[in-house]
Amino acid sequence: MEVSYFMSQYIPNTEADRRAMLDAIGVASIDELFSDIPAQVRLAKALDLPEALSEPELARHLRELSGKNRNLDELTCFLGAGSYDHFIPAAVDTIISRGEFATSYTPYQPEVAQGTLQAIFEYQTMVCELTGMEVSNASMYDGATAAAEAMVIAAAETRRERLLVACSVNPETLRVLGTYCWSRGYELTVLPCKNGLLDRAALTAELAKGDVAALLLQTPSFFGVVEDLTGVADELHAAKALLIVSTDLLALGCLKAPGELGADVVVGDGQSVGNSVSFGGPAFGFMAVTKKLMRKMPGRIVGQTKDAQGRTCYVLTLQAREQHIRREKATSNICSNQNLCIVAASVYLSLMGPQGLREIDEQILAKTVYAVDALVKTGKFRAAFAGAPAFREVVLICDEPVASLNARLLEAGILGGLDLSKSHPELGNAWLLAVTEQRTKEEIDRLVSIAAGGDR
Amino acid sequence: MLRSVESLFEASRPGRIGYSLPKLDVPAVSAQNFLGVMARAQAPRLPEMAEVDVVRHFTRLSHLNFSVDEGFYPLGSCTMKYNPKINEAAVRLPGFARVHPLQPESSVQGALSLIYDLSAMLAEITGMSAVTLQPAAGAHGEQTGLMLIKKYHEDRGDLKRTKIIVPDSAHGTNPASATVTGFEPVAVPSDKDGMVDLNELAKLMDDTVAGLMLTNPNTLGIFEKNILELTDMIHKAGGLCYYDGANANAIVGQVRPGDMGFDVLHLNLHKTFSTPHGGGGPGAGAVGVNEKLLPYLPMPIVAYKNGVYTLETKTEHPKSIGSVRSFYGNFGVLVRAYAYIRSLGADGLKEVSDIAVLNANYLAAKIRKFYPLAVTGFCKHEFVADGSELKHETGVSTMDVAKALIDAGYHPPTTYFPLIVHEALMIEPTETESKETLDGFIDALQKIVEEAKAKGAEEFHSKPHSTVIARPDETEAARHPVLRWQF
Repeated sequence: MEVSYFMSQYIPNTEADRRAMLDAIGVASIDELFSDIPAQVRLAKALDLPEALSEPELARHLRELSGKNRNLDELTCFLGAGSYDHFIPAAVDTIISRGEFATSYTPYQPEVAQGTLQAIFEYQTMVCELTGMEVSNASMYDGATAAAEAMVIAAAETRRERLLVACSVNPETLRVLGTYCWSRGYELTVLPCKNGLLDRAALTAELAKGDVAALLLQTPSFFGVVEDLTGVADELHAAKALLIVSTDLLALGCLKAPGELGADVVVGDGQSVGNSVSFGGPAFGFMAVTKKLMRKMPGRIVGQTKDAQGRTCYVLTLQAREQHIRREKATSNICSNQNLCIVAASVYLSLMGPQGLREIDEQILAKTVYAVDALVKTGKFRAAFAGAPAFREVVLICDEPVASLNARLLEAGILGGLDLSKSHPELGNAWLLAVTEQRTKEEIDRLVSIAAGGDR
Repeated sequence: MLRSVESLFEASRPGRIGYSLPKLDVPAVSAQNFLGVMARAQAPRLPEMAEVDVVRHFTRLSHLNFSVDEGFYPLGSCTMKYNPKINEAAVRLPGFARVHPLQPESSVQGALSLIYDLSAMLAEITGMSAVTLQPAAGAHGEQTGLMLIKKYHEDRGDLKRTKIIVPDSAHGTNPASATVTGFEPVAVPSDKDGMVDLNELAKLMDDTVAGLMLTNPNTLGIFEKNILELTDMIHKAGGLCYYDGANANAIVGQVRPGDMGFDVLHLNLHKTFSTPHGGGGPGAGAVGVNEKLLPYLPMPIVAYKNGVYTLETKTEHPKSIGSVRSFYGNFGVLVRAYAYIRSLGADGLKEVSDIAVLNANYLAAKIRKFYPLAVTGFCKHEFVADGSELKHETGVSTMDVAKALIDAGYHPPTTYFPLIVHEALMIEPTETESKETLDGFIDALQKIVEEAKAKGAEEFHSKPHSTVIARPDETEAARHPVLRWQF
C-alpha cells in the first residue's frame, strides 16, 4: 500500500481517517495545524536520525547492543558499592509486567487506581515495619536523592543550614548531597571516620558549635560496617539536631530498626529488594519519618479512608505539602515516585516474609565471613576494619594493586570488588568486596584461589 | 469481576512461606551473636504468604487499575500514549537488566554507547548541544536545568540574579523547582488568549532575572506565538531561557527549542518517548543544553574517542555541578526511549506530532459544539474544555463529568488544571488512538452533557457506579491520616 506518510504500528489512523478528520476540523492539511509556529524556526528538513527499524530489526539490534555488555549471568559478581546481585523470584516480574501496573499513571483518580493506591499503602506499611518509623512516603528517585531530601527536611525543621555527613556514606550519595547543598546554600561538613566507624569525638566537637541541622549516617556503611548507633540520637537531640540514618531494607531483616535507635528520618536505596541492578537504575529510594515530621516529607503519600458508602479505600493524601497545590511553597518539587519499582519491592517482601528475609540475611553474613576468613588465610589480604561486624561488604587491604587483581579475576569470569584506591587513597590497596546470598561456596573458593594468585 | 482486595496483612498466616533458598553451604552465622546490640530483636510484621497468594493478591489489585493497555486515557499534560511491548522485552535482556553500574568500562560498551547515542539523538531532536540523562523524572530535570542556570551566573560572578520568571499557567512544579534550587519564582500573568503577557513580562526585566521557564505548548495546549520575542527579551536582560518540554509530543520533528533561542530544556522520556508511566514512575527527565551551559553538565559524562566509550568525571569537567542522582539515571527507562526513537526514525517522530495534533484538533472541533473550550484557534497536542457554563446551568461539575466518564469506560481527562480555567477539563488524546476511539469518547461526553441538562446534578453525585469504590472522603484522609496498616 502506497501512502504519503510514515506508517507505524503504533499509529492507527489511516489515510481515510486522516482525510475525514481534517474535513471535520475544516483544514486542508495537517501542516495547517502548525501554522502558528513562527515560519523562520519551523524545521525545513527532516531530523538527522538513524533510519527507522522494523520490529525484527530492532529486536536484533537491541540483542546485539546488549551483547556488548558482560552481564551477571555470565560473570560471578563480587561487586556491590550501592548495587547488589540479589536473587529476584520470578513472580516479581510476572506482576510488574502487567499492563495494569506498568501503563497506568499516578493515581489521581482513586476510583480507577485502587490497585496502585493499595499497593503503595502496603509498601508504606512494610517500610515502616522494617525501619521502625511511623510514616513512609510512596518512594523517592533513589537512595542518594532520598538522603538529599532528608537534609532538606532537617534544615526546614531546625531552621539551620549546616549538615554533617559521615565519611562512610556511599560516595554516590556524597556527590549528590554536595550538589543539592550547593544549590540550596547549605553547608556540608564531612566527618572523619576511625576504623571505618563514625568518629564520635569529631561529632561531639561539631555539635558544640550549636548550628548543626542533622547528621547523616549510613549503616551498613559504604564499607559494609554496621555502626553501633547507641547514644547517637540522644547526643544529636540534645544539640537540637536530627539523626538521619541511611540503610538497606534487606539488611533490616536482621538489623535493629533505626526507629528504635531514635532516628528522625530513615532513607536508603531499595534496589536490594526485588529490583535488578540494571546498570544503576531504575530502582527506588525509600524515606520514612517520625509522625512529627510527616507534613515536611516530600513526595506522594497514600492514606486509608472511606468512600461515600463507607467502604474502605485509599487516596493520595497530605497533598497540601505538594507542588501541584502549593506551587512555590511546596515542601519539594517532586511529583513522581518510582512506583513500579516499589510494586516489585512489595511483591519481593511479601514472598520473603520475615522468615525469608532473616534467612537471606544470615546467608549473607555467613558467606561474607567465610569469604573474608578464606582470603585473610592466604596471607595476601587483611580486613581493614576487623573490629566491627560487617553486612554483605567488607574492605580488604591487598598485597597487590587492586587493578591488577581485578583484571586477573575478570579474565576468569569473576567481577571483583570495587577498587577504592582512587576514592579512598588513605586506605592503600583497598578492595570493597560484596558477597550476596547468590554466591556459592564453590564460587567463593574459586575467587580466593585466583585472588591469591593460584590456578583456577 | 471487580471486588475489593483483602490487605496483605489480613491475608498473612504465621508459618506460611513464599520463597525457597538453597541450603547454606558454608558454616552458619547467627545474626544475633554476630551483630550483638545491633541485631534486630523483633521480627518485622511482613506478610507470611504462599507464592500463589502473593500472585493472586497483586493480580487482583491490578484489576482495580485503569491503564493504557486497557483503554483510552486522555489525561491532559501526561501524554498517555501506547507503550510498545518490544521495549519491555528489551529492558529484560540480561545484557541490560543484569549489568552492574560499576563494572569496568570495557565490559559495558553496549550500555555506554546506548547512553551516548540516545543523548545525541535527543540533542538533534531538540536542537541542543548536549543532553544529560541522569535526572530521574521531569521535576528532577527541571531542578537540574535550574542548577545549571544557577551555576552559569555564579561562574560569571553575576550573583544578583535570583529570580526565575514563571507564567501563571505553568505546572506547579515549575515554581516549586525554582524554590528548591534557591531561586525566587516570580509569576507573569497570561493575556486573554492564554499566552504570556509581553507587556507584563517587560516590566519584570532587570538585572536580577536569572531566567524564564516556559512550558510550550502551554498548559492550554497552545503554542506561544511570541516565543521568539520572549527569548529575545530574556537574553537582552541577561537571563537564560528554560524550555519545559513536558509537552514535547506536540513539537517533535516540527520545531526545535534550540532553534527558538532556548538555552536549556528537559524532556519527559515517559511522555513523548513512550516509556510507560508505571503508576507514577520510574520516568526519566533528560536535560539538554546549548554551548553556554555545556561546562556545567552533571557527571559522569559518557565520551567517545577512538572507538571506545568512557566515563568522564570532575577531572575532565571541573565546572560540573556534580551529580543529581547516583550512577547514570534510570537506565532501564533510557533503553525503552532509545528503542522507541530507533523504531520511528525522523519521519516517524514527525508523524507522532502530526497525528497527536490532528487527533487533538479533531476532538476539539467536535467537542466545542457541545462543550465550550477555553481558547479559540488551533490547539497543539491537547486542549482545555471549560465546564463553567455546564456547572452554572445544571450543577454538574467537572468532577461529576470525570466520574461519569469512568462509567462510560474512559479514564477521565485531567481536571481542574490549569488553574486559570475554573472548571478545566484538559484533554490529550495522543497519536496512538484511532478515529473510532476518539468518536466513542466524543459520543460519551456528549451523552453526559445531555444527561446533565435533562436530569440535573442529583444523578451524578454518586458516580461512578462501575468501580469498587466511589467518591472517597479525601478531607477525612488528610485530617486524620492513616498511612499504614493498623495491626
